[in-house]
Amino acid sequence: MTNKWIVTGLAVFVLAVLSPFWFNMVTTTQAAPEPELLGPAKEARKCVLDKYEMRANHMSLLDEWRDAVVRDADRIYVAANGKSFHMSLSTGENSCLGCHEDKEKFCDSCHTYTSVNPYCWECHTNPKEIE
Amino acid sequence: MMEKSRRSFLKVAGIAAIGLGAAPAMNFAALDSNGPALPVKKKNENALHAKRWGMVIHIDKVTDKIAKKISNACHIQHNVPDFTHEVDTQKFPDIRPVNPDQEIKWLWKEKFHYAFPDKGDEFLAEKFEHLPFMVLCNHCKDAPCVQACPTQATFSREDGIVLMDFHRCIGCRFCMAACPYGSRSFNFRDPRPFIAQIDPDFPVRSKGVVEKCNLCAERLAKGELPHCVEASEGALVVGDLEDPESEVRKLLKEHYSIRRKQSLGTEPSVYYIV
Repeated sequence: MTNKWIVTGLAVFVLAVLSPFWFNMVTTTQAAPEPELLGPAKEARKCVLDKYEMRANHMSLLDEWRDAVVRDADRIYVAANGKSFHMSLSTGENSCLGCHEDKEKFCDSCHTYTSVNPYCWECHTNPKEIE
Repeated sequence: MMEKSRRSFLKVAGIAAIGLGAAPAMNFAALDSNGPALPVKKKNENALHAKRWGMVIHIDKVTDKIAKKISNACHIQHNVPDFTHEVDTQKFPDIRPVNPDQEIKWLWKEKFHYAFPDKGDEFLAEKFEHLPFMVLCNHCKDAPCVQACPTQATFSREDGIVLMDFHRCIGCRFCMAACPYGSRSFNFRDPRPFIAQIDPDFPVRSKGVVEKCNLCAERLAKGELPHCVEASEGALVVGDLEDPESEVRKLLKEHYSIRRKQSLGTEPSVYYIV
């Protein structure tokens, strides 16, 4: 008798522990959105850092930029690849949104997918959003 | 099996030690010749510089009309909310009523006896009763707000501007208590509904953040003069207080000027020519 109960218990346990897998097998999962290059960014094809470093470390870069702009009054960033950029999210042609025109696709799609909520746009303004 | 002698062990160990020493040296040589260039942060070429920024205000040149023009220029372009602005209720429903005590201002006109409470003589020249005194952050040399700020959100920049990093402000309002000039305002609510037209060139603030005049640091960085100076028709002048040849120093040499609450020892950088 004891053996039977132990085996049933184990089976239930395994089913329960692996429930996220069962859940994902039944429901459809959303594929990670592919970053899309549009407008000037598509033509330039050269960002501040290279692609993979940018994906992994853009938040640290922005943090560094913020301190440079606010505290040291440095506003120009000459990247390792020789191109220079305006250290700003949204002001001017040489800023992040100046080149990557579509904020929905450039920022929001990945942030939504990964459930991160940076509060940049509580204060900074996407010039396209002003009617 | 190989016989290990002391001699052969020492030989191998010696070669290994040379190898270990060589690796960093070779790396260094490689970096020196064609290693990756490092990114550089720098200022705009046309940025305006000063050892210590200061302002001189010609009181006689400021009329009520110019005073209004000056503060409007500042407030509109820095997205300072105006609580008399009628809220678009379609975009922002459920707006609670405005408390006028919570107004936000960077640069505004004040009566003489409020701006200079320690200089209110019994028999004061009559003109001072009516003249609009433009008041703003004094960008003090020894700023009490900077000392009060627990997060270093407010700091004295190298060029004398007392600046705020809005990102770091936690809204404790110690700086407001410390500032003897009332130059700071607190965002008790989201300012967006009260901004008629948001200027995308400057960020808006969020609820729970203190704000004040930044002497248009964002414009100086581009080589432009502050909004107030441009709107003032010559009544406001900014320049380098440490440079004896600068326009502000020349003005101060020629005219008698006063500063607000000078006895407190904060060394304000805004001078009023009376």
